[in-house]
Amino acid sequence: MSNLLTASIGRKLLMSVSGLFLILFLFVHLILNSFLLLDGVMGFQEGQFFNAGVHFMGTNPLIKVIEPMLALGFLIHIIYSLILTFQNMKARGSQSYASGKKTSGVEWASENMLVLGIAIVSFLAIHIFNFYMKMKGHIEWEAGPLVKFPFFGTEAEGENAYALVHETFKILPIVLLYIVGSVALAFHLAHGFWSSFQTIGWNNTKWMPRMRVISNVVAIILGGGFTVIAAAQYLFF
Amino acid sequence: MENTINLTLKVWRQNGSKAKGRFETYKVNQISTDNSFLEMLDILNEQLINENKVPVAFDHDCREGICGMCSLYINGRPHGPDDDVTTCQLHMRKFKDGQTITIEPWRSAAFPVIHDLIVDRRAFDKIIAAGGYVSVSTGGVPDANSIAISKVDADEAMDSASCIGCGACVAACKNGSAMLFVSAKVSHLAMLPQGRVEGARRAKAMVAKMDELGFGNCTNTGACEVECPKNISLSNIARLNREFLSAKLQD
Repeated sequence: MSNLLTASIGRKLLMSVSGLFLILFLFVHLILNSFLLLDGVMGFQEGQFFNAGVHFMGTNPLIKVIEPMLALGFLIHIIYSLILTFQNMKARGSQSYASGKKTSGVEWASENMLVLGIAIVSFLAIHIFNFYMKMKGHIEWEAGPLVKFPFFGTEAEGENAYALVHETFKILPIVLLYIVGSVALAFHLAHGFWSSFQTIGWNNTKWMPRMRVISNVVAIILGGGFTVIAAAQYLFF
Repeated sequence: MENTINLTLKVWRQNGSKAKGRFETYKVNQISTDNSFLEMLDILNEQLINENKVPVAFDHDCREGICGMCSLYINGRPHGPDDDVTTCQLHMRKFKDGQTITIEPWRSAAFPVIHDLIVDRRAFDKIIAAGGYVSVSTGGVPDANSIAISKVDADEAMDSASCIGCGACVAACKNGSAMLFVSAKVSHLAMLPQGRVEGARRAKAMVAKMDELGFGNCTNTGACEVECPKNISLSNIARLNREFLSAKLQD
């Protein structure tokens, strides 16, 4: 294991593993978000289903443990992306090609992962400010009275997180910003997902083409899912 | 009936590694479309010598596409507009009459320009010297059938071994990464029993040398695979990753 992380492949492994961990988080996040749309379908009203979900995430001890790990995952992924990009720019050299680059058949996303990443981080900052900091009580917001909702057979009481989301997604520029963030995420994942398996060393000529397809599916589910939920909140709720 | 074309060439000229380079524009006329690209450059150099000018320096050797000596970044692509061929196998029929062709050396910090279009690719030799060989004693010539190797493995090993080390992968890579080259050299030995013995040591030594020489980190864009004249597959890189990581885990 000695000096694994100083080797290029070791650093890439960190990017890959932290990236996959973040994708796992995104799936959990998307499931929670889907409660916004499923409220009526599941027989709830006025966002009770979503409020119950938020209450669960806020009170579950497991989440308390995973939260710092998630923050660490983001930090590793961002810091190493900067280190790797800096090294790659140095390796590439200062002289660029006068005749440009006309190699065909290269994924656009794969060559713009840093730009997409920066777009996602910018979005993330606004996103955390919009919801996380408020729900966690770091920023004051018009919380309104506590609401009651069904919670695993009993009834629980908590903040009306649904109202916060609902009010926020009434503002068109914010909805558009969320859509831009989600689309950037989709492109980032379309390359990132299969690439991370390649980095771990999943070498299989049959499965790699399939992984590329699965990668696009993951990108569409996550990027598309977040987009649809934000847009639907604005249009129909 | 022979077709001929007239061309404008924008060629990178640089008098030595420390000197500042610049593009020079030359005209070549009546170039047969049956000529190879390097023959066209030979004609240009004849012309320059007749004008008492210094000819353009460029790398070449076998001119059969198997030695890996020729390079040249032509009109935005390593080894020019044709697919799966080296520059020496590129023919002038791929160009149009009156076209301007931009000819540059490989650009990468690990491949410094020596003169004009010639770059120093000794970094590749150093990576090979670090471990790209078999040093175990394999004895005399064994019976051909004494070690059974599956057809699939034999074919894949042969495909990887077809890498000629020209450096087009590094030239095409936005990260200046040599992973396609190193992975091909690790793979073709790792897939065969004689090479397998030193697999872990080889992967670690070659990757360490590659990092030390200042090549970049692979991000799996796949530009290398597209530009490789020998069609070396990106799956070699996954194999190298696995070889390296499992070797490190054994430590």
